Amino acid sequence: MVDVQAYLIVAAIIFTIGVFGIFINRKNIITILMAVELILLAVNINLVAFSVYLGDLTGQVFTMLILTIAAAEAAIGLAILVVYFRNRGSIAVDEINSMKG
Amino acid sequence: MFVSITTIIPEIWLLVAAVALLMLGVCYKGVNFSVMILGAFIALVIAVILQIIWFPKTQELAFHGMFITKSGIAVTKIVCMSAAAFCLWMSGAYFRLSATLARFELPVLIILAVLGMNLMLSANHLISFYVSIELQSLALYVLAAFYRDNLRSTEAGLKYFALGALSSGLLLYGSSLLYGFTGSASFTAISQYMAMQQELPVGVVVALVFMLCGMVFKISAVPFHMWTPDVYQGAPTPVTAFFTTAPKLASLTLLLRLIIELFPAIQESWKQIFWIVSVGSMMVGAFAGLRQQNIKRLLAYSSIGHIGYALISLVVGGTGAINSLLLYMVIYLIMSLGVFACILAVTIHPERPDTLTDLSGLAKTNPLIAFCMAILMLSMAGIPPLVGFWGKFYVFIAAVQQQYYILPIIGVLSSVVAAFYYLKVIKVMYFDDQLIQSSLKTSSQATLLAVISTITVIVLFIYPDLLINPLQQAAASLTLR
Repeated sequence: MVDVQAYLIVAAIIFTIGVFGIFINRKNIITILMAVELILLAVNINLVAFSVYLGDLTGQVFTMLILTIAAAEAAIGLAILVVYFRNRGSIAVDEINSMKG
Repeated sequence: MFVSITTIIPEIWLLVAAVALLMLGVCYKGVNFSVMILGAFIALVIAVILQIIWFPKTQELAFHGMFITKSGIAVTKIVCMSAAAFCLWMSGAYFRLSATLARFELPVLIILAVLGMNLMLSANHLISFYVSIELQSLALYVLAAFYRDNLRSTEAGLKYFALGALSSGLLLYGSSLLYGFTGSASFTAISQYMAMQQELPVGVVVALVFMLCGMVFKISAVPFHMWTPDVYQGAPTPVTAFFTTAPKLASLTLLLRLIIELFPAIQESWKQIFWIVSVGSMMVGAFAGLRQQNIKRLLAYSSIGHIGYALISLVVGGTGAINSLLLYMVIYLIMSLGVFACILAVTIHPERPDTLTDLSGLAKTNPLIAFCMAILMLSMAGIPPLVGFWGKFYVFIAAVQQQYYILPIIGVLSSVVAAFYYLKVIKVMYFDDQLIQSSLKTSSQATLLAVISTITVIVLFIYPDLLINPLQQAAASLTLR
């Protein structure tokens, strides 16, 4: 059986990729949505690994709820993205700058 | 264990009301927008009354310990629900300005956001904690982008969504580590685990850092404040008023509960973190606000600064300090609602008044609103004959009593700096020539609220005990582990 540490390391790497995906990405807002999904996936891996390691089902129940909420979050994100695109005509991250100060 | 339904009755009522209003809006296309606003207002008032009738005398648990309520939580809920009700009350006229704004989803979303806040205040398990935070946040993202034909509003929604999702992710990653290292997801079990350990595993400290980052994001304190000015500027004005009041208090109280109930063992670690966060917020709030020309941006920096003052009490700790924290936040909520009511009272276009120059000469065109605004600005600056002074006074006194001297000194200095921009608003209203011809038509509800808030600010200065006494018991129950 694989150690719980291995799962945690994988999750940490995916989480880091997700966070950097939000900050470094300069091209497209869709990438941000994907990065958010990566973060939530990393958390799910963590929870399932801990759940098996601890022999406690709470972690897996938590994972199911996170999956549901991630879907709702993506739907709302895309909806806001669509109304933004209608007004701006572009979804490039560099061009989100109508407010400054 | 027999669970009384009255423990959770305001939440059940809010859920029923939200669904009922949603059905009403969907099934009867022609339903008047004002009726929806009024319905939501009444629903919130009833929820407040229900909470007052079934006020928890002791700590009450429900749903297998997932839901907790006690007097401190109930008081915060009452304040949050009342603030949301007042926001709805003054927002009707604004949303009727444009056909795209007057949509029945608005009151439903506000009720759902308040429901999320109530549930997160009562969360006693990592799952209920996360789910309720998301219920609140998802409703708020949509509210920020509610003026959907407007570039700024949708951009605000987008920014809020991207950064809010990141903060939820941080919070969640911290929660997963906390679950893994303590072996339980229930707050009660986690705090028992913390109390038993001599030395805590590193994972718990990492979890604390992630969860604090997420929560600091939600209360928009430095270093995670970058989204605040943009979102506050872009969102429709009543939505901004809502953002500065109810979610702020709810998130701050939740943060308070988290660190007091879950992490008392590593007090020294989080006290250092909050020391920096508090000083940073006060400084940024004071200095970055100086060069703002946009009213809502100015108020965003002002709100960052106010969070900084409230956090002083969190660093100090103890019942007295927590009491001053609640007092500060309630006073801030009253002032903030009043300021936004003043702005909404003279709003003639969804994007006017926008800059400070739009307010120029307000003292001549609308002396009543200009007077209220001036009083509230002085109160925000913390100038004595107004209640804003007591807020800062009690925070600083609580800090000095516990031998924290640097924080109050920085607080006093930054409030002097911040006074500049509060006074600038008064100067623009009273001494600048009117540049833009504004109509004299005002919103009567918003004017009424502005006047009530101004009177409250003056009366509470004379009788601060009206506010301090009810909050004392609340603070005591919140500091209890």
